[in-house]
Amino acid sequence: MGYKPELLATCSTLDELKALAQAGCDAFLLGEEKFGMRLPGEFTPEMIAEAVAFAHPQDIKIYVCVNNLMDNEVLPSLPGYLEQMHEIGVDGIEFGDPSVLMQARRILPNLPLHWNAEMTSTNHGTANYWGKRGATRVVLARELNMDEITGMMPHLDVEAQVQVHGMTNIYHSKRSLVHSYMANQGRPVEDDRVGLDRGLYLIEAERRDELFPIYEDSNGTHIMSSGDICILEDLHLMMEAGVQSFKIESILKSTAYNVAAAKAYRTAIDTFIADPEGYAFDEAWLDEIRELQDPRRELSFGFFYKEQVY
Amino acid sequence: MTQAKPQHIGKRYRLDKPELLAPAGNLEKLKFAVHYGADAVYIGGQSYGLRSNADNFSFEEMKEGVEFAKKYGAKVFVATNIYAHEEDLDGIANYLRNLQEAGIAAIITADPIIVETAKTAAPLIEVHLSTQQSTLNWQAVQFWKEEGLPRVVLGRETSLEEIAEIKKNVDIEIESFVHGAMCSSYSGRCVLSNHFTDRDSNRGGCCQSCRWKYDLFENSSPTGQWVSEEQQQDQNGDQPLFQADDNSFTMGSKDLCMLGSIPDLIEVGIDSFKVEGRMKSIHYVATVVNVYRQAIDSYMADPEGYVLKPEWIEELNKAANRPLNTGFFYDTPDHEDHIYEPEEKAVPYDFAGLVLDYDEATGIATIQQRNHFKPGTEIEFFGPNETFFKQVVGTIWDEEGQELDAARHPMQRVKIKVDQPLRYFDMMRKKNIKK
Repeated sequence: MGYKPELLATCSTLDELKALAQAGCDAFLLGEEKFGMRLPGEFTPEMIAEAVAFAHPQDIKIYVCVNNLMDNEVLPSLPGYLEQMHEIGVDGIEFGDPSVLMQARRILPNLPLHWNAEMTSTNHGTANYWGKRGATRVVLARELNMDEITGMMPHLDVEAQVQVHGMTNIYHSKRSLVHSYMANQGRPVEDDRVGLDRGLYLIEAERRDELFPIYEDSNGTHIMSSGDICILEDLHLMMEAGVQSFKIESILKSTAYNVAAAKAYRTAIDTFIADPEGYAFDEAWLDEIRELQDPRRELSFGFFYKEQVY
Repeated sequence: MTQAKPQHIGKRYRLDKPELLAPAGNLEKLKFAVHYGADAVYIGGQSYGLRSNADNFSFEEMKEGVEFAKKYGAKVFVATNIYAHEEDLDGIANYLRNLQEAGIAAIITADPIIVETAKTAAPLIEVHLSTQQSTLNWQAVQFWKEEGLPRVVLGRETSLEEIAEIKKNVDIEIESFVHGAMCSSYSGRCVLSNHFTDRDSNRGGCCQSCRWKYDLFENSSPTGQWVSEEQQQDQNGDQPLFQADDNSFTMGSKDLCMLGSIPDLIEVGIDSFKVEGRMKSIHYVATVVNVYRQAIDSYMADPEGYVLKPEWIEELNKAANRPLNTGFFYDTPDHEDHIYEPEEKAVPYDFAGLVLDYDEATGIATIQQRNHFKPGTEIEFFGPNETFFKQVVGTIWDEEGQELDAARHPMQRVKIKVDQPLRYFDMMRKKNIKK
């Protein structure tokens, strides 16, 4: 059995999904705000069914994001949603809250379950803990470094997914902080436009050149990183370690940009699979990404090579 | 004291009387918290806790703390609430065994690997699920109950109504924060510190970036939707969403204070009332614990006749350094619940002295100096058992009976005449005079 990692992306529309499939993604994470966190666009069950109909003939997988922090109110609608996803024939569910795990185990005993608690998926012991309780994959925290990721691979009883490109969430509150601020200044938000399409961002007083996107949705307020992860140059280290899924986060990016990223990672993965021994990164793979990169957002290794203290 | 059972609203109780759970940043604070009425305290050890800047306890200090608390029938919990990284895993079992040996009653844990390790390494220790897990719904609580946990600390986003539903559906102890500073994010779901200062917030490195100042802008094309330079020139570019004399944007929340809602908290069935603040002062911990102790006892003694005493609120304000609110208990916080104005850092009152002894015959108290005071300083004494009076400092003597012009030396023992009887461990505070 050869090693063939998955290239997964989020996407905002069915058209973007098709463009990214064309560019080489072989899995997608879709969903709706009511159940899933920080999705680039809304996919109703009907659209998910359409995505599955498009994807499955091409061996492309569709996972559904159900990783919100759930409150009591949403619980009664969970079983119906999960059953619907089962009927549509999706390939897996991403969860964070134990309530979803409990329901999914009962309703969909054979469906792959990906544990994604974002910032808090930080070690193999906890990933395996969820593995014993039904999870098949861990989506690792973006705050881990390369050594931690490659070092834990031999100890994982579940698959690992790592975000390799795009922005990350750095703060999530249930509060409506943009509404609160504007109302406090005496100029309440009138049109309720505080979502992804408003282009809101924050600048911290002592970091004038860093722009942190901020938006609100029904799950609260989200603040995003000022730079974008790009690990393409060192993707082979994670491929050598056997990471099963690489994720491109497409949120707040144009389709053209996401397509460029997908193509670059597709090329790297295919080149590695064809000849792991002879693999060499080619700087030119980055050209198109760099060309389309928002000049005010740094492309960086994120926390892959950063020392964090505490 | 006779304790009438409060009427509950159709949910079962775990504990007959809610526990008052206080923070203790070090051994001394632990003693004050317990003496002033905490039923349990939570502390941090040398590792695995989220306050890497706090003094934190050695195992020896933990043992001493446990012994001290035992005399009052109080328990000691240890916060092991980090999200562990690979390098943290090896020492967990050993650490937990040491906690068990020290007599620790419970650990407060967020990371499931610590939950699991505790089951085998330290089976005598209760595992309480930390608020860092942001548990908000009853099925998640049910999950943790089935995993063998006797208690869940709910996410600070849960409302009273939601807590009632959780209590109705799951027979488990529920702990809620009732007083102190709050993360404005979902706990555990903020890595601002990591991004701004490379300090890992989920391992105790939080630098409170949510309280920093920010400017809010909008871009006519959404961030990241890269447009060509010509297109950009067509646009007005970035628009600030603030005006010249506006306050800056911030995520910083007012502090939680549920003193005004003690009957609601008890009736909804919250088993443990948690006070935040392992980094807070002795004065803060003693004042806050003292007030909540009195309010809880007063309600439990006579739920029908319970009234919120204005002097309790006054007392709390003497220790508060931020404006207060009721968090998510009644409604989602809005524009009145965050701190946009420049913050007043100073606490209104300071700990000035600790009462070591009181001579009934002469009315003279022996005081251990904790801050500068001199003849003429206006002071207040307070303590558990409702000691409370104000006076002005008269003559100060040292232990040899020499008159002093001021009590200048930290921990120095001095004597002053006091207007009313005092007890060992009563506290003396003075107004904080701004420099």
